[in-house]
Amino acid sequence: MSGERGVRELLLGTWRGRFGIAVLALTVFVAAFGGLLAPYDPYASSTDVLEPPSWSHILGTTENGSDVFSQLLVGTRVSVVVGFAAALISAVVGSIVGLAGGYFGGWTDRILDAFENWFLVIPTLPLMIVLARVLSPSLTVLIAVIGLTSWAGTGRIVRAQVLTLRERPFVERARALGAGDTYIIRTHILPNTLPLIFANTVLIVAVAILSEAALAFLGLGDPTRISWGTMLENAFSSGAPSAGAWWYVVPPGLCITILVLAVSLLGFLFEEYINPRLREAT
Amino acid sequence: MSGRWLAGKVGAAVLTLVFVLVFNFFLFRAVGDPTSQLARLPGATDEQIEQLREDYGLDKPLLGQFADYVGDTVTLDLGISQTTREPVWDEIVAALPWTLLLVGTGTLLATLIGAWMGVKAATHRGTRTDDGLLGFSLFTYASPEYWIGIILILVFAVAWPIFPAGQQVTPGVEFASWFDEALDVVDHLILPMTAMTLMLLGQYFLIMRSSMVDVLTEDFITVKRATGLSRERVINRHAVPNALLPLVTLSAIQFGAVAGGAITIETVFSWPGLGELSFNAINDKDFPMLQGTFLVFSFGVIFANLLADVLYFYLDPRVQSR
Repeated sequence: MSGERGVRELLLGTWRGRFGIAVLALTVFVAAFGGLLAPYDPYASSTDVLEPPSWSHILGTTENGSDVFSQLLVGTRVSVVVGFAAALISAVVGSIVGLAGGYFGGWTDRILDAFENWFLVIPTLPLMIVLARVLSPSLTVLIAVIGLTSWAGTGRIVRAQVLTLRERPFVERARALGAGDTYIIRTHILPNTLPLIFANTVLIVAVAILSEAALAFLGLGDPTRISWGTMLENAFSSGAPSAGAWWYVVPPGLCITILVLAVSLLGFLFEEYINPRLREAT
Repeated sequence: MSGRWLAGKVGAAVLTLVFVLVFNFFLFRAVGDPTSQLARLPGATDEQIEQLREDYGLDKPLLGQFADYVGDTVTLDLGISQTTREPVWDEIVAALPWTLLLVGTGTLLATLIGAWMGVKAATHRGTRTDDGLLGFSLFTYASPEYWIGIILILVFAVAWPIFPAGQQVTPGVEFASWFDEALDVVDHLILPMTAMTLMLLGQYFLIMRSSMVDVLTEDFITVKRATGLSRERVINRHAVPNALLPLVTLSAIQFGAVAGGAITIETVFSWPGLGELSFNAINDKDFPMLQGTFLVFSFGVIFANLLADVLYFYLDPRVQSR
C-alpha cells in the first residue's frame, strides 16, 4: 500500500476515514455557504426569546430571539478559518524551528530546543488568554495567538526526523558532491519530512478549533463575529442552562465535538499510515 | 550519574521559570505604561503622574525595573488587583485550595477510572467492550470540557435537580458542625469534579490501553502463563503494575490541560478558585491579577512536571542506571 492509491484506500476504506472526510466536507461547505443557507439573519433579534424548537425555528431561539440554527450555520466559518489558519502558522513555525535545529545542530539547536521546551511546558490556555487579552481580540489576533503557541510539538517531531535524515547516506553523498545546505534541505530533508508535518498539522487543526472555542467562551473571541464558542458564551452568560434551554446549549458544543472528532480521526489515520508500527498498537 | 540527571531536571525547571518571569515582565510592559491606567483619574496633573511613575519605579532603566519585578515576585508581592484593590497574592492564596481540591480529586478519579478502562479494553481487544470504551474516550477527548460542564448542569441541576449548579457551598446557611459543611462542599464539588474527570479520562485511558497492549505481548507474560498461573492473576499481579509506568510520565503532558480546564470549568460552576480569578481578570482587564494567576499556573505546571520526572526516576530503575 503506497502512493496515491494507498491514501485513497486509507481515507475511504475505513469507517474512520469515511466519517472524517464526510464531516470535513460538509463543514467546509457550510463554512463557505452557511450565510446563504441560513433561514434567518443570525444577528437579528426578536421578541420570541428562548423559544424551544418549532417549525419556524427548528433549533429554537436565543436570549435575544435570534434563530439558533442560523447562528450555528454562520458560526461554522470562524471555527474552520481559525482552525486551519492557526494550524498552518503552527506548521510553518514548527517546521522552520525543527529543521533549523535538527539540521544545523550546535548552539542553534540548543537555543531553539530551549525555546521549544518552554512552549511545551507552559500551560497553553493560560498563555493564550494572556496574549489575547493584551492584544485585544479579533480574528487575526486569535489566529496568531493560537498558531504561535501550538507549534512546539511539531517542532520536536520534525527535529527528531531531521536528525536521523541528516546522517543518511544519500544526504552525505549529496554533501560530498558539493551540495549546499539550502539544496540539501530542499531536495532531501524537506520532502522526507513533509508527510510527518502534514499528519501532525491535521491534529493541530483539532487543537486549534478547541482553542478558539475556549477563548471565545471566556469572552476573548472576535466580538464582531458569531462562532460556536461565542454562542456557548452567550448561552451561558444569559442563563440559558438554568432556564433549561437545551436547544441553545447542546448544538454548538456538539458541532465542535463532531468536527474535532472527525479531524482527529483523520490525523490519527495519517499518523498510522506514515508509521505502521502504530497500527499494531490499535 | 543519577544525581546529575536529577540536577539537570531541576536546572531545566528553574530555567523555564526564569523564562516565564522575563515573558511576564515584557508582555505586561508592552501593554503600555501602567500609570496611563492609574492616571485615568480626572484632573491628574503632570507632576502627579511623574510622582506615580516614581512610586512605581517606572523612571528607572528597564534592567532596574526587571530586577525590582523579580525581587517583588520572589517576596510574593504580585501587586494590587485593579478591581478589588486587594493584594493579588492574598486573593491567590484564598483561591488556591479550591483549585487544588477540584484538580486533585478530578485527576485522581480520571487516573483510577482511565487505568481501569484501559486494562479492560486491552484485555478485551477487538471486542465490543473495546470499541465502546474507545468511542466513549474519543468523544470526551473531542468535546469541550466547559460544554460537558454545562450539559451536567442542564441534566443534574435543572432537569433533574439533585446537585447544585454552582459555587462551593450553599450561601447563607449556618452549619451545625464542620462535618455538615464538608458534606455541603462535597455536594457542590461533584458536578465540576465530574467535568474535570471526563476531560482527562480519554488521554489516561488511551495511554493505559496501549501500554497494556504492549506489556501483554512481552515474553515474561507468556512465561508466567506457562508456569500455570491463571490469566486473571498474570494480568493483575504482573501486567498491570508494569503497564502503569508510562501513565506517570505521560500524565505530565496533561498538566497543561489541567490548568486550562481549571479556568473553564471553574467559570462554568462559579467555583471560587484560580480559574475564576483568571476569568474575572479577563473581563475586568485586571492585568496584575491576570499576570499573577498566569505565574501561579505556570509555576504549578512546571513543578508538577518536575515531580512526575522525579517519581518516574524512582519507579523505573532503568532510568537510574543511565
